[in-house]
Amino acid sequence: MKKIEAIIKPFKLDEIKAGLEQMGITGMTISEVRGFGRQKGHREIYRGAEYNVDFVPKIKIDIVVGADQVDQVIQTIVDHANTSQIGVGKIFVLPVEKVIRIRTGETGKDAI
Amino acid sequence: MKIFYLTITTILMTAAGAWAGDEAPTVFSNKEAIDLVQTHANYMWTLVAACLVFFMQAGFALVEAGFTRAKNLINIMMKNLMDFSMGSIAYWAIGFGLMFGASASGWFGTTGFFLSDFTPDGDPWVLAFWMFQVVFAATAATIVSGAMAERTRFVGYLIYSVMISAFIYPIFGSWAWGGLFNGGGWLENLGFIDFAGSTVVHSTGGWAALAGALVLGPRLGKYAKDGSVRPILGHNIGFAALGVFILWLGWFGFNPGSTTTADKSIALIFVNTNLAAAAGAIAAMVVSWFKFGKPEVGMTLNGTLAGLVGITAGCANVAPGSAIVIGLVAGALVVVSVMAFDKMKVDDPVGAISVHGVCGAWGTLAAGMFNMGGTTAKIIGVQLLGIGADFLWVFPTAFIMFKLIDKTMGLRVSPEDEITGLDITEHGGTAYPDFEVSSAYSQS
Repeated sequence: MKKIEAIIKPFKLDEIKAGLEQMGITGMTISEVRGFGRQKGHREIYRGAEYNVDFVPKIKIDIVVGADQVDQVIQTIVDHANTSQIGVGKIFVLPVEKVIRIRTGETGKDAI
Repeated sequence: MKIFYLTITTILMTAAGAWAGDEAPTVFSNKEAIDLVQTHANYMWTLVAACLVFFMQAGFALVEAGFTRAKNLINIMMKNLMDFSMGSIAYWAIGFGLMFGASASGWFGTTGFFLSDFTPDGDPWVLAFWMFQVVFAATAATIVSGAMAERTRFVGYLIYSVMISAFIYPIFGSWAWGGLFNGGGWLENLGFIDFAGSTVVHSTGGWAALAGALVLGPRLGKYAKDGSVRPILGHNIGFAALGVFILWLGWFGFNPGSTTTADKSIALIFVNTNLAAAAGAIAAMVVSWFKFGKPEVGMTLNGTLAGLVGITAGCANVAPGSAIVIGLVAGALVVVSVMAFDKMKVDDPVGAISVHGVCGAWGTLAAGMFNMGGTTAKIIGVQLLGIGADFLWVFPTAFIMFKLIDKTMGLRVSPEDEITGLDITEHGGTAYPDFEVSSAYSQS
């Protein structure tokens, strides 16, 4: 089992979610995060004092799938998240040791 | 049948005539009746205006809340709630007497404490007048809350609230306005013009705010070691803007209400008030646009209030065109002043010192400069004298008071408490339990 972490631009979330549901993904978790990479922040002003906003709002999507589905999920996300702008995002794949469904106690792929 | 109805009608008309009063109206009883209607109108207007000025407390609370961080919201609300509540009692007990009691010396009143002028069968005007005056005292008191926000110990602020409402505000007030009731002040006897209180209320609050901000020191993280300003963002610009709108509305009670008379003179005051506010907003917006490249909302909001403070002294004796000029200058001045205080590392989270202290002084001077009856060196001189007298009374007194509070019990919270947030440390609560109130933005 693998966890796919995708950092995406927030306005792309609905499109990506629809794409993932279409390919059969039945659950995911999102968090509102801030980050930066090569996309720089910008300067703001408040009551006469300037400051840098380096961290840009992003959405992080966490999805846990069987190893056999990883490539398809990545392709789906890339297809829907991509624009030509800097800051479109990144995808990370991590191994998952255990998955447990709390209500029933199922483990492993049945719990995904 | 006809006779029956005729009889009934005659009986009813005669009986009605018996109840109508036996005397015919005279010129004198007519005049008395008319005067009574005017008196009733005066009461109505004064007390409605008092409601509008009271509602400025909500305006101040929202402006301060909007310009400060979410972790201190409860503290802001408590300070605003209590400076009015404790101030009301202090002004009832002591302040009103000092301000409007009989004043042999012309420096402070000595009668009327605990509202002793009121007797159940006496003239209730003292009650209406007190009600109007107490909301003015509360306005002066609450100005300071913004400049001292986010780092002041609550108990210290409570003590300050009593002191300003009982002593600091009323004593200067007696010099300028005592004659409006039983007193008489040396300053008003020289012809000092401050119709609704650019100096009496706003500069008094502004200089006390300056004293508090100096004794406290700046918030953690506000000024970097190299002297640059690291802005501490307000958590809700919507609150701040709503607060300014409420203050603008309240000012329609503050300025015109100061006639305490329901007559045609209030119309000019309404117009002047509105024009000055609008001009202040425009000037601040334009100045901030040029200086920073974009029209900035914080400065524009401050500019609106600056215009209102600026017209407060001369609202009854300047022409509408002058009101615009006064507002424009105030709006530009406040932007310069806010940045100057930041350069001097005087941390004022809402700009209270600049809006109320500096622009209150400008407004008082302007009332002399733009006087519709013409201006003279003497008029200008008396205005400057009043401005100076207010500063020399309020600032040292407030500074010493804050220093005393600081030495005895501590005026400022500890750095750890300041970082945690006063809602938790001073009041044991959270204003927004459903939200995370710290952000990656905060440097403290």
